[in-house]
Amino acid sequence: MLLVVEQFLNGLQFGLLLFLLAAGLTLVFGIMDLVNLAHGSLYMMGAYFAATFVAWTGNFLLGALLALGATLVLGIVLEVVALRHLYGRDHLDHVLATFGLILFFNEAVRLIWGPAGLALPLPPWLTVPVPILPGIYYPAYRLAIIVVALLVALLLYLGVMRTRIGMLIRAGASNREMIGALGINIKLLYTLVFGLGAALAGLAGLMQAPILTVQIGMGENILILAFVIIVIGGIGSIRGAFLAAVFVGMIDTLGRAFLPNLLRQILSSTAASTAAPALSSMLIYLLMAIVLVVRPEGLFPANRR
Amino acid sequence: MKALSVSKAVTALVLAGLVLLPLYSQLSGNIFILTLFTRIVILALAAASLNLIMGYGGMMSFGHAAYLGIGGYAVGILAQEGVGSGFIQFPVALAASALYALVIGALSLRTRGVYFIMITLAFAQMAYYVASGLARYGGDDGLTVYKRSDFFGLIDLSSRVQFYYLCLACLFGVVFLIWRIVNSRFGLVVQGLRSNEQRMQAIGFPAKRYQLVCFVISGTMCGLAGALLANNTDFVSPAVMYWTRSGDLMVMVILGGMGALFGPVMGAVVYLLLEEFLSQITEYWALIMGPLLLLIVLFGRGGIMGLLGRADRG
Repeated sequence: MLLVVEQFLNGLQFGLLLFLLAAGLTLVFGIMDLVNLAHGSLYMMGAYFAATFVAWTGNFLLGALLALGATLVLGIVLEVVALRHLYGRDHLDHVLATFGLILFFNEAVRLIWGPAGLALPLPPWLTVPVPILPGIYYPAYRLAIIVVALLVALLLYLGVMRTRIGMLIRAGASNREMIGALGINIKLLYTLVFGLGAALAGLAGLMQAPILTVQIGMGENILILAFVIIVIGGIGSIRGAFLAAVFVGMIDTLGRAFLPNLLRQILSSTAASTAAPALSSMLIYLLMAIVLVVRPEGLFPANRR
Repeated sequence: MKALSVSKAVTALVLAGLVLLPLYSQLSGNIFILTLFTRIVILALAAASLNLIMGYGGMMSFGHAAYLGIGGYAVGILAQEGVGSGFIQFPVALAASALYALVIGALSLRTRGVYFIMITLAFAQMAYYVASGLARYGGDDGLTVYKRSDFFGLIDLSSRVQFYYLCLACLFGVVFLIWRIVNSRFGLVVQGLRSNEQRMQAIGFPAKRYQLVCFVISGTMCGLAGALLANNTDFVSPAVMYWTRSGDLMVMVILGGMGALFGPVMGAVVYLLLEEFLSQITEYWALIMGPLLLLIVLFGRGGIMGLLGRADRG
């Protein structure tokens, strides 16, 4: 029971983290029609910035806040210098150019921070176990991730659905020529959206940093998960990204936790221990394959022209 | 058509260089260059197979490195299990790649555009994780191939020169095959689907079936490259399937010029030599390579073959 609750929460936490990443990716794709492979690099930069700033200020929250700002600025600079020139080009061009950016970021990080990973220690007040149910404790930090990510998701929803900027963003997604003709500064709007996406990726990276090691290439594996999520959820749909992210996070975590035992009941223990790791890492891809067979457009496709 | 265009002359020069390379290596005693170019030829083969679906078929596969791994693991696993004959290893490598391409293609071709890019990427990543989970065959650490494929003494893969020529023959064979495919009725249908799928479908061509066949042919060709690559490095690991390798292949195709027959060969030669050259100057070669790619995308339309073609027209 304890294990089930714990793994369930771990799955939720991982899923929400994935949502932060996928939301930025799907926003940028939905509005600018830009495939940004370097989104994972922004996630990595968020983690590196956090590790640096926390060590520098000695305060976890202040460091995290500075890292968030730094990723936002980095995203805006990236958009203005490089990615802005890619709008309206072929998707293949996006893939290639942002692939080049990944090479650049990975190497820049190696140059600046060195090839070894960094650790981001938590302050003591975040390491205490918190009772969530009578007799069941859960690490405060993971709980904090869940709360922050849910809050951000709520703010994002309200921001996109209820504010004027959000209205412009949605309008830009459905018809960019028209909104430009109506006198909206499209360039500024795009830069803003990209910065927002970068900040979300950075937030995911800096929150994940204390759980995993901060290392080169950390953004790439998780980026592919984010791709799977937006394919399942439907490209351009934030609601789809949210549901798919939580779903994928759960399946992945629960699969890794319980599949080996489950298999051991059916197969011999050696066969199970060989098959389980491969099978549990395949689970989400199988899920994606099933979704594609049933709904090639994803589960919640955004309204396209 | 002029009798001798710049693009044809340069292509012929590069191909002649590839054919004569072992001679140079023998005369100068520079063995390293032969090893380097064996790798280049094998990856050019992989890039040529990708060009078939990407350049001619308009299917942007971002998971082509998976076949490199599947071909390689077919050789490595069979070698470990005591099957050393290349006459078994290579057909198995091709068949396994074809089967994977059939399944992945059937699923991925349900989507198009950017979905297709992401799906092929995700499936290749799945193959990567499966290989990492193969504890019996080295898992993450990879699998050493202690003995190269044995062709009953017909050709000795341990001889650098013979192996190089085998790879080169495979490359030329595949490029010839692609040339025949592209100019066949089948190839014209596939190219027609790239320009306008709806119209082709309206004429009555079963679009997905044609694309799937093309996808499988391409995957099988790349599986051959994988089998050769495992023999070249005497080693196969999940890393050959990592998604950056798929990205490398895409870069080679685009750098050379998409949909140009010899484009991927030029792309592979230039890209890998550039990588080699930059990594000799600085340890941080990707710091230069990354922005260079960005600049190529922004300013270099049509790749090397496109550039040479513009030189032809003056």
